[in-house]
Amino acid sequence: MNFEFSDEQQLLREQARGFLTEHCPTSVVRAVLDGSQDWDAKLWQKVAEMGWTATVIPEAYGGLGLSYYELAIIAEEMGRSAAPLPFSSSVYLASEAIQRFGTESQKSTWLPKLASGECIATVAMAERAGRLALEQLETRRDGSSLTGNKVPVADAVIANVAIVLARSEAGLEACLVPMAQKGVSIEPVLTLDNSRGHSAMALNGAEAQVLGDRALQEDEWLRLLDGAAVLFAWEQLGVAESALTQARDYALHRFAFGRAIGSYQAIKHKLASVYVKNTLARSNAYYGVWALAESSDELPLAAATARVAAIQASTFAAEENIQTHGGMGFTWEFDCHFYYRRAKLLSLAIGSEAVWQDRLVSALADQSVAAAGEPHGL
Amino acid sequence: MDFNDTPEQACFRKEASIWLAENAPMDEAFRALPPLEQAKLWQKRKYDAGWACIGWAPEFGGRGASPIEEVIWRQEESKYELPAAFFLIGQGMIAPTLMAWASDEDKARFLPPLASGDEVWCQLFSEPAGGSDLAALRTRAERDGDGWVINGQKIWTSGAHFSDFGVIVVRTDPTVPKHKGLSYFYVDMKAPGVEIKPIKQLTGESDFNEVYFTNVRVADSQRLGEVGQGWQVSLTTLMNERAAIGGEFGQLDAFLAMSVAQEVEIDGRPAIEDSAVRARIANWYVQESGLKYAGYRSLTALSRGALPGPENSIGKLVGAPKMQAMASYLMDLLGESGSIADEAVATKAGIIQRAYMGAPGLRIAGGTDEIMANIIAERVLGLPQEPRLDKGIPFNEVPTG
Repeated sequence: MNFEFSDEQQLLREQARGFLTEHCPTSVVRAVLDGSQDWDAKLWQKVAEMGWTATVIPEAYGGLGLSYYELAIIAEEMGRSAAPLPFSSSVYLASEAIQRFGTESQKSTWLPKLASGECIATVAMAERAGRLALEQLETRRDGSSLTGNKVPVADAVIANVAIVLARSEAGLEACLVPMAQKGVSIEPVLTLDNSRGHSAMALNGAEAQVLGDRALQEDEWLRLLDGAAVLFAWEQLGVAESALTQARDYALHRFAFGRAIGSYQAIKHKLASVYVKNTLARSNAYYGVWALAESSDELPLAAATARVAAIQASTFAAEENIQTHGGMGFTWEFDCHFYYRRAKLLSLAIGSEAVWQDRLVSALADQSVAAAGEPHGL
Repeated sequence: MDFNDTPEQACFRKEASIWLAENAPMDEAFRALPPLEQAKLWQKRKYDAGWACIGWAPEFGGRGASPIEEVIWRQEESKYELPAAFFLIGQGMIAPTLMAWASDEDKARFLPPLASGDEVWCQLFSEPAGGSDLAALRTRAERDGDGWVINGQKIWTSGAHFSDFGVIVVRTDPTVPKHKGLSYFYVDMKAPGVEIKPIKQLTGESDFNEVYFTNVRVADSQRLGEVGQGWQVSLTTLMNERAAIGGEFGQLDAFLAMSVAQEVEIDGRPAIEDSAVRARIANWYVQESGLKYAGYRSLTALSRGALPGPENSIGKLVGAPKMQAMASYLMDLLGESGSIADEAVATKAGIIQRAYMGAPGLRIAGGTDEIMANIIAERVLGLPQEPRLDKGIPFNEVPTG
């Protein structure tokens, strides 16, 4: 039994936390949210210099070839600092899709640039309100030309390339679409969390390349999302932990009726509930990253479990953090809303709670058929 | 990260499983015995072969095994359905207290028969006036020559009716603030003046008792810790309680819920296809899996020499309400027949109904949900205690209801 990060990985955590504490204080998030800038390009450059965008990209493509354990650690710290960066779009989703499905030429064209951070990529899936149905996508590829509307697309304004999910006669396809071209128009849309820009993306005969030159099985795309779900879960966990820390600190220093509000059981029990949800989310995130890093057959179950736990923990922590702050929590001036926005934004990306609850139960059914007994030694 | 045994652990697991396969009694004659006799027979067999209380030092009947080896042993032993609950309090909570506080003579006298199951112990802490506020207890011990005389009443004492000895916290000085006036003794449950009355629980069963003490004499040598130090000694016992009560919610889990939802229908479709049902099952699984992997993380910390901390309080705080909620919802799915508890007729032989009836007890025993939340808030999150109106006041001047 060794269910903990290694000493080197713990060191990376300290380093990442130290770095983001210094370079991404909440004033950085606030500057982007206030609209004085679209994102923090300087911070992105520094993060790329740290090698974080290259973490799991193989060395052959200019990456560091590290494991998902390292990436999970960085993801948690990204969430903790609510960094206004396209990290999830570019690293958890697009880089992974190219690595997983791309042809040799596509990989060697894009991965080195994504690893170095000089290029940013995103993924465009949603087209309309409601649960994403892969068989009903309306974006069409005909030859090398792509037509359709995607909204919302995270980080579209700053991305150099998008992986656009579309259909053709061959079926479901992930298409590589360079953003700087006539056939692509990007219109920013206001979202819940404008510290992470989103846009509407209109494709009118856009020049596109099919990733891997072939159609994808739905399951292949779902496995990609499983991997991303684990990394999103770690980022959400970071958000949840920040919200809890902020609530705890405020409860210790805010006095009412002659004593710290943190001494009232109404507040203590509330924050204990937050702690419990965070602890369940953390343990499930460990399970998730173990399954991802070790390419376990349990990944669908582990990913869905980690994702549901992280959605529940992060939104609850963020909501109750504001509640603990009372009126001050409802002001623009206090930072509470950063976590409230980010927790919900991350919970809506790649399928919301009900989608993953549903997938969890499907995976559980598969699992209980596959192995009646305990899968592990300990 | 991995879930694999180290070569040493694998070797130990193999040794344990081989011994269990050869020695675990499974025959019908054994099964026909009353549960306590089954438990004593099995415990004795383990003791004679060096497999009882393996974490204890050899001179007390153990084999000095590491915490990880204890876990491995428990995992292997739990593959056989053998009774063990009778010794949980004595071996899990009282033995560590004796090890920390008893004289060498008493350790040598009492620990080996505790390990062998020859002597069973109970814990006499709670009182009608002191449950969550344990230190408000009123049972008193007064000096009498070179000994003490105990008068008062204890309650919720599990297993008092089959115990040989018990540990008891009593008030020896009512004129000082409540935590300072307590002392800790062990008592002979067969001593004159000890009267045990079973409590009938709402389930109809009687697992615990009221215990009355009327002029019960104990020797001063039966005291653990100094006079007035009873609270500190109690904490040793209580620290081990959460661990002992830990994983008793096993019978109802997400897999059982799936199975029920596959059997019953909603509007002509299996309930398992209903999204509301799926959401519930997913949430329960998230809790079970979260506890399981939190346990794996604790184990890893344990194997690296860390001590178990208050964060382990979440097991009961999550597990017991989950059990109640799940039982309630599964009965809802069964419709009107959900009320049937009759083993012969009920879906899943009535375990759902029994879980529902047992759950309120689990949410209270060993620290209520509310006390558990306080422990997390205070010891993990560092939030302050509520102001206490009895703080610093002599116990006999504290207002009572």
